Amino acid sequence: MSAENKQATAAATPAAAPADAASPTVNMANLRGGIEYASQWQLMWARFKKHRVAFWSMWLVVILYVVAVFAEFLSPFNPEDPSSMTTYQPPQMVRFEGIKPYVKKFELTRDPDTLRAIYAETEERTYLNFFTEGFEYKMLGLIPTNIHLFGPADKSHKIYLLGSDSLGRDMLSRVIYGARFTLSMGLIGVVLSTFLGIILGGISGYYGGKIDWSIQRVVEFILSLPTIPIWLALASAMPRNWPPHLVYISVTVIISLIGWTHLARVVRGKFLAMRGEVFVIAAKLDGCSEGRVIFRHMLPSMASHVIAAVTLAIPSMILAETTLSFLGLGLQPPAISWGVLLKDAQKISVISNAPWLFMPGVATVLAVLAMNFFGDGLRDAADPYSH
Amino acid sequence: MFMVSLTVFILIQLPPGDFVDSYAAMVASSGETLSAEQMVELRNRFGLNDPLLVQYFHWIAGILKGDFGYSFEWQSPVSELVGERIGLTLVLSISAMLFTWVLSLPIGIYSAVRRYSFGDYFFTFVGFIGLAVPNFLLALVLMFLASKYFHLDVTGLFSSEYENAPWSWGRVYDLAKHLIIPMIIMGASSAAGLIRILRANLIDQLYMPYVVTARSKGLTETKLLIKYPVRIALNPFVSSIGWILPSLVSGAVITSIVLNLQTVGPMLYQSLMSQDIYLSGTILLVVCLLTVVGTLLSDILLVILDPRIRLEQ
Amino acid sequence: MNTENKASSGDVILDVRNLRTYFGTGEKAVKAVDDISFKMMRGKTLCIVGESGSGKSVTARSILQIVDPPGKIQGGEIWYYGKDPKGQNLAAIHERSAEIRSIRGHEISMIFQEPMTSLSPIHTIGNQICETILLHQNVDEAEARARAIELLRRVEIPNPQVAIDKYTFEYSGGMRQRAMIAMSLACNPKILIADEPTTALDVTTQAEILSLIKELQTSYGMAVLFITHDMGVVAEIADEIGVMQNGKMLEFGSAEQIFYEAQNPYTLQLIDSVRKLETSARAARGSRVTDKKLMEIRNVSKIYPARSGFMGRKNPPFKALDNVSLDVFEGENLGIVGESGSGKTTLGNCVIRVLSCSGGEVLFRMADGRIADLAKAGTHELRQVHREIRMVFQDPFASLNPRMTIGQIVGEPLLVAGTHTGEALRKRVEELLAMVGMPAGAMERYPHAFSGGQRQRIGIARALALNPRLIIADEATSALDVTLRSQVLDLLLDLQDTLNLSFILVSHDIGVIRYFCDRVAVMYKGQVVEHGPAEKICSNPDHPYTKALISAVPGTHPRDKRIVNRHRYDAAAEGIQLSGS
Repeated sequence: MSAENKQATAAATPAAAPADAASPTVNMANLRGGIEYASQWQLMWARFKKHRVAFWSMWLVVILYVVAVFAEFLSPFNPEDPSSMTTYQPPQMVRFEGIKPYVKKFELTRDPDTLRAIYAETEERTYLNFFTEGFEYKMLGLIPTNIHLFGPADKSHKIYLLGSDSLGRDMLSRVIYGARFTLSMGLIGVVLSTFLGIILGGISGYYGGKIDWSIQRVVEFILSLPTIPIWLALASAMPRNWPPHLVYISVTVIISLIGWTHLARVVRGKFLAMRGEVFVIAAKLDGCSEGRVIFRHMLPSMASHVIAAVTLAIPSMILAETTLSFLGLGLQPPAISWGVLLKDAQKISVISNAPWLFMPGVATVLAVLAMNFFGDGLRDAADPYSH
Repeated sequence: MFMVSLTVFILIQLPPGDFVDSYAAMVASSGETLSAEQMVELRNRFGLNDPLLVQYFHWIAGILKGDFGYSFEWQSPVSELVGERIGLTLVLSISAMLFTWVLSLPIGIYSAVRRYSFGDYFFTFVGFIGLAVPNFLLALVLMFLASKYFHLDVTGLFSSEYENAPWSWGRVYDLAKHLIIPMIIMGASSAAGLIRILRANLIDQLYMPYVVTARSKGLTETKLLIKYPVRIALNPFVSSIGWILPSLVSGAVITSIVLNLQTVGPMLYQSLMSQDIYLSGTILLVVCLLTVVGTLLSDILLVILDPRIRLEQ
Repeated sequence: MNTENKASSGDVILDVRNLRTYFGTGEKAVKAVDDISFKMMRGKTLCIVGESGSGKSVTARSILQIVDPPGKIQGGEIWYYGKDPKGQNLAAIHERSAEIRSIRGHEISMIFQEPMTSLSPIHTIGNQICETILLHQNVDEAEARARAIELLRRVEIPNPQVAIDKYTFEYSGGMRQRAMIAMSLACNPKILIADEPTTALDVTTQAEILSLIKELQTSYGMAVLFITHDMGVVAEIADEIGVMQNGKMLEFGSAEQIFYEAQNPYTLQLIDSVRKLETSARAARGSRVTDKKLMEIRNVSKIYPARSGFMGRKNPPFKALDNVSLDVFEGENLGIVGESGSGKTTLGNCVIRVLSCSGGEVLFRMADGRIADLAKAGTHELRQVHREIRMVFQDPFASLNPRMTIGQIVGEPLLVAGTHTGEALRKRVEELLAMVGMPAGAMERYPHAFSGGQRQRIGIARALALNPRLIIADEATSALDVTLRSQVLDLLLDLQDTLNLSFILVSHDIGVIRYFCDRVAVMYKGQVVEHGPAEKICSNPDHPYTKALISAVPGTHPRDKRIVNRHRYDAAAEGIQLSGS
């Protein structure tokens, strides 16, 4: 009954509803080479593309990482470059004169009583040019250059598309640089915890028995602990005088120490389910060795699920980094990450005057959102054979 | 319990140096210096020179007797310091959890039943944002909005006049008023997660054969929905206490730090910074125990609610 | 039977005219039910028969308007004459209206295929039966409970006062279906729609449920709409028959007409493929059984150790196989038949060492004359034996790795054994596919491009790759529609003639066993209760359990209703006890 019903509904989707041996195979030539020739990756891709939001989120994620890689090229100014004349300057809006972009200049006055800085928009225009010369850097760490994607036509002017911070540094450049630390930390953290998760989850799921039992108890234990207090404790264990790269590494390790549990569960669950699959038993009867059963037959079926789980783990790593740095327990200035930048936005007095200091937060939310959508789409597409 | 306490102890012992070092650094920053003898003397007084295992058993033995140790920094017994704060942490966590449920139950049901409707997409989208916004950022934004547009001060759990007042109805009311914002902050991401879980579970259940059976009996759609799929989808909902509680407690800590609430959060932060081990150890221990016990409770509750688990092996 | 042939128009209880139920709309709509008309008579049984996907289930659900979305009635009329002699058009009533709800469960009730999932897992049986009573009748809860107990007693559930407070999972399969029937009878409906109610059940349980329905139908005077794919069941119970395929009603008539004077070629094919399985292909082909022993199964046991359950409750150790001894001769087809839980699949798995035995020996004479004991063989020896003993699995969808092409799947054993590589491998795979009647073009495709029957052929090609001498086929045809079943069996027999093969066929289906096997072993609760030549076991068994089993198999002749006169096995009281868990 229900099986028949499903068949009826499934008949609309490709690859389903094989009627009987006598009838010709369903020919859906909407894919390269026809669907019968489509491998799991092609099927997944076809299915993923249908998930609009996930598809566009994927491009956003790609763009974000491109930004992180080419941070120097994309930022108009050196993020460490202070300017005492333009502290807390509000963002300038890009306007167009024909196709020529420009911003209106702000003029600084001071409140005579409180000496607070007040910026007023003037009609004076600062034009923007593409591929302008700016500070020196090495593209990809290799090619020395001073060309930037855009900048003020007149090099003596500064422009603040996202405003400036307490030292008059350009927020846009800082957010772009912050992407590098935050996003790479998410990626590296996820690699570490994937490694731990796959190894331990794989051992647990493949061997079962006592090993499985003990690993599972550890995982359950870690899962039942509140993460943030533990992170705090671990992070406070770092000596305050460590150099930034050491801090960077240890924060990454701390984050991934907690993050692996979820992945281990996914991998274990998949392994357990896979172990009982008839085609795995068939492979064993075909004479395959343990290694071949695992790598040729089991892993390819799991790969897509693991990739999806990994993608979904990155955002939580990013959130962890920002939280720790925000509390001053993660990265420290002069390192720039979104968390570090948000630390400046801690005081109510500051943000009520300069709400653009939330920009790194917006960037964080955007990145996390995109990756969540992306991972979600991947997960839905991960098993192209389920309906 | 043993595992929790040992983990906590190892955690707080991890930082190089000890309280005396950081105390020395603090004193040094104010221009004085601590002589080597003074430091040795201090260490002996606090028992910091004993082997770690001995320190651990001292601590545990004390806890079993109800003595949580002595805070170096505050110069007073830990239990006195954290007593009320733990109570407030509990109040905060539990109210956030209730908020989470009250919010996610109807929305989850709505989203599942009216799948792919405008409302479903709307809530799904809001839910995704809720998951994407870190607690501290939400706290900051709400704080900003409240002060900018409503001229409210949302920090603290009590208004100044009730700050140190004895408990009274007025104080309770004041507390309740101050709880709302932190509750929303902490509950938002958990609620978003729960809505997604409930929606997925309910969608699985909505097309189960037993629903068709019930429909073929002539039940109205609403009654049918509540009695069968919702009731069954509630089981994973109950077991969600298990993972919600740790994240709520985490949220409580961070939210409290940002909003400066009188819970254990800021105190934990402070004590970790100054390596006040007994204080931070106690707080960590209590907080971890809280979540472990919560997980256990949710398991037990599930057994009571689900006859399949209760009666089968 | 109190209703003889007096089919006048006043006796029509349900008149379906040009019913169309589609899934989706527009061009892409799947026409699950496409312009179907039929009439049901008071107190009579109408069987709608068809293979999976024929739309028979959707037809049944359309009557109560409980088709799962996006399915919707697009046209046609369903006239019901039970309440109002002028009739009500059920198709015109809104699916959420009080009017249709007063029909559902009250005038027309329904039972389903999977009693386990069709009953709520977390409500007691009593709760679910009382619900129907309270819904449609003006009685209080105590009265409803009393009636529910009476209903449970009526469907022969022992100890109904206790059983009423049990949960679904505490009942056995047959008991659940009885409870389901009790629920559907709660308000004395005029029509009972039974949607494959016995498909998930063992054949002896099926016979009991069928007799129960028949008996209740007579005493309640209900009309029954019985949906099934099994022509045997149809022959046993139908007064009238509708044959469906691809959403159309191909033929409609009395049981006599359909079974003896069918016009439609598809109907004929359906009946033929069932009748074919009442004969023995081995006898017809002349079997070439030798007296050389290929395999000796000696005192094999499989015991699952006691497990400690929840709250310290102990489950006793479970003997899945109890001292089983059997021989397989070269060129022979041995059938292992039994109901669910009899241990037949465990035996198949133990023989090939997918499961390890708890005791006993499985001696296999290899091609080079060595004797290998599979129960104790080491990894290396096992690998060698596995080249000569191969397996064909039940589920053609799960047994092929969806991530590999057909060429890779069939070639895997060759590649691993190192016998063929490169071009030779490709040639061999092509040859194997040709043997099972698959085109060489299948090699580059993935399993999802093939239907169940084709996949099963691919699975057979894989089993043949290393020139095996013994093939264990575990329910290899159960997942296939009946018309495909005999095709696959014939393929296996053809291969046997050319390749010098022996088979162990594990099946619950007596027809398949009779058709395919030389010798049969009947299993019951982990033991072989009887074994002997297939012809004898399937027609004239000695053991009382086998008698009960064989006589519960529905026949194909409505003039000779076998189930009514079936043999009952007392020790098979399983169906009359509440199982523990």
